[in-house]
Amino acid sequence: MEINPGSGTRRTLMQRLHLDGMLLLGLLGLCVLGLVVLYSASGQSDAVLQRQLIRLGLAFVVMFVVAQIPPSLLHRWTPWLFGAGIGLLVAVLVVGDVGKGAQRWLDLGVIRFQPSEVMKLLVPMMIAWFLADARLPPDARRLLGAGLLIIIPTLLIARQPDLGTSLLIASAGFFVLFLAGLSWRLLATLGVLAGALLPVLWYFMHDYQRQRVITFLNPEQDPLGAGYHIIQSKIAIGSGGLYGKGWLNGTQSHLEFLPERSTDFIFAVLAEEFGLVGVLLLLGVYAFILLRGLYLATRAQDTFTRLLGGSLSLTFFVYLIVNTGMVTGLLPVVGLPLPLVSYGGTSMVTLLAGFGMLMSIHTHRRLLQS
Amino acid sequence: MARRITLKDNLQESRLFLRRTLAAILVAFLLLLVLLGRLAYLQIVSHEHFRTLSEDNRVRIEPVPPTRGLIFDRNGVLLAENLPSYRLDIVPEQVDDLEATLDRLGELIEIRTQDIERFHRLRQRMHRFEGVPLRLHLNDQEVARFAINRHRFQGVDIQAGLTRHYPLRSQAAHAVGYVGRINENDLQVLDEKNYRGTTHTGKTGIEKTYEDVLHGTVGYQQLETNAQGRTLRVLERQSPLPGSDLYLTLDARLQAAAEAAFGEFNGSAVAIDPRDGSVLALVSLPGFDPNPFVKGIEYDRYQALQRNPDQPLFNRALRGQYPPGSTLKPFVGLAGLELGVIRPDSHVFCPGFYTLPGKERLYRDWKRSGHGHMNLHDSIAQSCDVYFYDLARSLGIDRMHDFLAQFGFGERTGIDIVGELPGLLPSSEWKRRARNEPWFPGETLISGIGQGFNLTTPVQLAAATAALATYGDFYQPHLVKALHAPDSPGLQPVFQPQARRIPHSDIRNWDEVIQGMIDVVHGPRGTARAIGEGLGYRIGGKTGTAQVFSMPQEEDYEYDPEEIAFRLRDHALFIAFAPVDDPRIAVAVVVENGGSGSGVAAPIARQILDAYFATQDSETP
Repeated sequence: MEINPGSGTRRTLMQRLHLDGMLLLGLLGLCVLGLVVLYSASGQSDAVLQRQLIRLGLAFVVMFVVAQIPPSLLHRWTPWLFGAGIGLLVAVLVVGDVGKGAQRWLDLGVIRFQPSEVMKLLVPMMIAWFLADARLPPDARRLLGAGLLIIIPTLLIARQPDLGTSLLIASAGFFVLFLAGLSWRLLATLGVLAGALLPVLWYFMHDYQRQRVITFLNPEQDPLGAGYHIIQSKIAIGSGGLYGKGWLNGTQSHLEFLPERSTDFIFAVLAEEFGLVGVLLLLGVYAFILLRGLYLATRAQDTFTRLLGGSLSLTFFVYLIVNTGMVTGLLPVVGLPLPLVSYGGTSMVTLLAGFGMLMSIHTHRRLLQS
Repeated sequence: MARRITLKDNLQESRLFLRRTLAAILVAFLLLLVLLGRLAYLQIVSHEHFRTLSEDNRVRIEPVPPTRGLIFDRNGVLLAENLPSYRLDIVPEQVDDLEATLDRLGELIEIRTQDIERFHRLRQRMHRFEGVPLRLHLNDQEVARFAINRHRFQGVDIQAGLTRHYPLRSQAAHAVGYVGRINENDLQVLDEKNYRGTTHTGKTGIEKTYEDVLHGTVGYQQLETNAQGRTLRVLERQSPLPGSDLYLTLDARLQAAAEAAFGEFNGSAVAIDPRDGSVLALVSLPGFDPNPFVKGIEYDRYQALQRNPDQPLFNRALRGQYPPGSTLKPFVGLAGLELGVIRPDSHVFCPGFYTLPGKERLYRDWKRSGHGHMNLHDSIAQSCDVYFYDLARSLGIDRMHDFLAQFGFGERTGIDIVGELPGLLPSSEWKRRARNEPWFPGETLISGIGQGFNLTTPVQLAAATAALATYGDFYQPHLVKALHAPDSPGLQPVFQPQARRIPHSDIRNWDEVIQGMIDVVHGPRGTARAIGEGLGYRIGGKTGTAQVFSMPQEEDYEYDPEEIAFRLRDHALFIAFAPVDDPRIAVAVVVENGGSGSGVAAPIARQILDAYFATQDSETP
């Protein structure tokens, strides 16, 4: 497992715990900021705060445990885990529980479990494993294979239907390809192709998904129905101004105008109460986490861990962009939470497990003899 | 060599990765910039615009729960209604000193510690600007007293609502059921959206079975509020669609007469219209007052009901499983005739007991001296046990089982109230499966007189009697006749009664059995001839007694010896239908510890039938 030659090398406490201090600091800072906003968004509910704290605690424990797993072990397990994940996705479509109109859950008796959530980690792992096997940049055959490995789980999840998650999984896989050196020309071609495929996608969309797109393009059309979210959210953000209305003073959120204010739309509460200044602070913390994650990835020693680390960091950022884009009315309403801030537990655990992997990659490096 | 190439590759690949990472960071920051631009546009450039919108934004959408449908009996007598009720709400956000306010309120209105506890519990779960209920069901004086002092209490207000009320109280409580507060279990099955604003849901009886019909559809209203969130006026309202009113097949007058007929006895009676399966009365005694359940029954009162050895909450009509005793004999007799095992003139000599060949055990007749030579007709009229021991032995348990199953024994009737039990119609296959034991011949004998393993519920017995009275039309019993939807002018029938035909082999066999039942009441030696006196119509009936094998065991309850003696007395049964030429009512009566079918159960049945014909006469011009 661990090779630690050179008696002169002293390892800090953090390294022995396989944690990265800077990254941990960023994550904890983000969580504290999130809890402050959540307390206000939930109408000062101690119960909500308590439940969120328990979930966060659990997620950090998971992160810590994952950080102890050496990357070599992850590398060995990757294809098996991925295969099992695909099997579970198929199982969900066949026997899954329907929750809130979508079939995402698998009832294992003791716990209900969402296989698509785990795929957020398994897809980048699998693509990194697959590409790291050969020389980079990947040749055409590898690209095709990787493309298939991305498309299959993406479509399986889109069928559930869970647009948000399938989008995240597709981008996680794509990031691996991109970081592995997918040629710019191919990238441009893919972009054009994707544009051409949009009408096809429209055809396959569920009614509620189409409704979201229409609402996004013209929210005022349905002010009390689907457009209500976006209109109210824009009012909340805009009325916050530069410095905000002050903590616990957001009228939009407190008078129940803003729907989903503890979960997907919590960013609007922050923007209303803390203004642009608060938003800048939050985005700063996110940018810090992204940069630290990418830095850790560049310091990784082999291709698999490098690609995996890079993809995980970038996926985290996608959450942020999609969520804030949605809340500010730049993107259609896709049900993605603001990572580590929104109330709710499923994505939190996956995200922190991903950061656990990053920390593991960084702290399990073999120390090269100089 | 290979290793060196890998190393070289690694270096090159790590450079490639670095370049790509930098490109990704560039894109990420461009996206952030776009986002910041958007935020700057919203929060700085258009800030004034949105601030104005936000200040004008005083519109809140609130659910308006629908009014629950009413429940009437077949003649329009109200069984369940909605009465106005008042509760006291506090909006925590608007109250400066909560404790002081609670103290001052306590001087005006009675506030118990449990009210305060509940208030604090609810407060945890609700928003600070929402009204949290402190006291429910204020009486008129309390409402008036608070109204005068209202100006002294900022953030405290009275909310008017509707509360379910059952004006007939315990009468028909087991049929109508009651509503109670929605709990966790209810939330699993109810449509969350449609129940926004609804506090109660049907828990038992008709209230539960027809919940979706009675509830209605939620409405919404747009409220304009002031800066503190207090409602100023209603801007727009989409009215809720009230629930449908239900008209039951039940006749409240008959129900009252039937309940009164039992006197002090516990037990059950079910009356059915054999022509369509309408349930005319459904008695389970003792009853209980459902009204406290609506408001949330106090723990002590609930415990008292639970521990009451008479079990008032137990729905005997559907869940009481009693041995049918001799009331099963007409059905067994019909089995003998229809399957060709006996003929109407087949005779058996009854010496007062019966033995199986080669066995010593005596199976006794209730009449120790014996009935002498008996045919089927007389055996039904005089309830000869020996005749049916012999017939049961000839039939065998499994043929008997298959024939009786056609009358619905051993199976839930499917009546439209939840919680019905299936009773038990034994067979050799059942015994092997359930007890892992073979069937013994002696068990066949006692099954022939409705004892042994046989168990029936009163509703089963009534449905079977109705099927016998109509020469084999079996209707599923039902309690709801029609519903009145708020958006349609007339009544809509809920059931299309559909008979399941029990096949005949010879109609004269049915005549024979029914004639025997007529002579139970009208024959010179009929077991229930006492109730035949002064009848203006003719009844077909059958008496029965069921042995009490066990009695309810309540640990905390001490029986006195007299009470034990009473509780070990046999259950008395009577089944009947009338008038015999064109049956319009079939009834099954079970009197717990009544002792004698002919002496106790039959007179109760007659009173029910009398009441039925009395109401019929007053109705038809």
